[in-house]
Amino acid sequence: MALLEINQLNKRFGGVVAVDDFNLSLEESTLQAIIGPNGAGKTTIFNLITGIYPPTSGQVKFNGDVLTGQQPFKVAKMGIARTFQNIRLFPEFSVLDNVRTACHMEANYSILEGLVPTPRRMREERELTEHARKLLELVWLADREEELARNLPYGHQRHLEIARALALEPRLLLLDEPAAGMNPDEAQQLMEFIREIKQKFNLTILMIEHHMEVVMGLCDYITVIDFGKTIAQGTPEEIQANPVVIEAYLGVGE
Amino acid sequence: MSVYYEGIIILACVNLLAVLGLSLLTGFTGSFCFGQAGFMAVGAYVATLMTMKLHTPFAVSLLGGMLAGGLISIPLGYPTLKLKGDYFAIATLGFAEAIRLLIENLEKITGGSRGIPSIPTRTSLPIILVVTIVAIIMVRSYISSRHGRNCVAVREDEIAAQAIAIDTFRYKQISFVINGLLAGLSGAFLAHYVGFIQPSMFGIQKSTELIVMVIFGGMNSVTGAIVAAAVLTGLPELLRAAAAWRLVAYGAAVVFIMVIRPQGLLGTWELSWKNIQRLWQGIKSIGSHTNKAKA
Repeated sequence: MALLEINQLNKRFGGVVAVDDFNLSLEESTLQAIIGPNGAGKTTIFNLITGIYPPTSGQVKFNGDVLTGQQPFKVAKMGIARTFQNIRLFPEFSVLDNVRTACHMEANYSILEGLVPTPRRMREERELTEHARKLLELVWLADREEELARNLPYGHQRHLEIARALALEPRLLLLDEPAAGMNPDEAQQLMEFIREIKQKFNLTILMIEHHMEVVMGLCDYITVIDFGKTIAQGTPEEIQANPVVIEAYLGVGE
Repeated sequence: MSVYYEGIIILACVNLLAVLGLSLLTGFTGSFCFGQAGFMAVGAYVATLMTMKLHTPFAVSLLGGMLAGGLISIPLGYPTLKLKGDYFAIATLGFAEAIRLLIENLEKITGGSRGIPSIPTRTSLPIILVVTIVAIIMVRSYISSRHGRNCVAVREDEIAAQAIAIDTFRYKQISFVINGLLAGLSGAFLAHYVGFIQPSMFGIQKSTELIVMVIFGGMNSVTGAIVAAAVLTGLPELLRAAAAWRLVAYGAAVVFIMVIRPQGLLGTWELSWKNIQRLWQGIKSIGSHTNKAKA
């Protein structure tokens, strides 16, 4: 059984068909990408998976459970973490607190223990802070933990957002244009990094990306969409050779 | 200490309790509440009626007023906390006005617009001081807990908060209830200090005064809320000699702070050991610089 199954997903905004009959099956421990021109409906698909929008019709199943109609926080609780195309950190939080906040499910202390510190609360806080620090080390931000998130350079903000997503200990990670705004060197580094975390946390990853080197170098399987419609699905080699994709998106070489 | 100064401190504590709740709800959780006086009114009337009609001990009346403020927040929060930004503020404003009019019209129970006179004055400085300090410690502790962090995350970015599995509505609801409890307690203390309550004490003016205190002190600082409650309660009294001009001075002080420091007097600064040490280091380094300059 696939970890994530999307069946005939549709989303209309008034007369605009943003997502048209989208199907996807994502096996455990694989890495897939959704590519396509701007405005093709890629982010909308992420928003439908994570419950930000309800779909017009169709179904999303995760690990056998139906996700459709769930609130976003419940979807996250079930083990789906995501990053955002235009980075949504908690800007006034320190770097450490951004990740610590995301570790909240590791602690069990109650609201009352929030009002009065108890030994259990202090122990659990220590443990989750330790975990957050480990994640910061992983994204090379350990020495900047006290800085405010909004003061970080763009690339570091992207890393921090990934660390925050990993704090949920997800099974599925959705990355929305992780390489956006990166130069080729940085994109290369990001590829290494994604490979590393996928291995380390045994993740299944679905990503939206425009950097073709990243997509072709990393992914096992690619879905191409245009105007909400799926125009091709296949391995990187198949996609690169597909005339429809070349015309709609990749472009013809000279 | 003279009765006069004692009175100012008691009133500052009354305001501070209400401001503390608002600071959590509006400052830290990001739900702008414009009807704090409504919750205070509920607390004040419930506590007063318990004392006068049921002859309950002071502590029980206080508890009753506090719980009433908290309980009424639950059904009110359910539909209104889903509203975004300004709409929530308007809803709370409407609630406070509705409460005031309700009290005015339930003459048989509340005495209508003439109010309830000769309430036993039981609020004393030591009691309210201890309660206020405990409340400050608890709110500070809550804000630094994982629940408090979740509240601030809701304020910072609701979608991102949901994406890391925070039940945003639940955390808003909890802040709203804690706010109601504190406002109710504040109202109960007020009634038993002044010895007389009437609906006009809990109008939009009171709500505005309290929200101004939160903004004045700094939306993200409990310390700021404390300083603001003390300064803005004391200021009109200290300026009593200036007669009619004192309210102008009050207004000018608020405008001055907002222009000079839009983030409020203390911004995000909190009084803590760590911050005091940092401050001290800063002062010392300035000192050593000037010494070097002299040499």
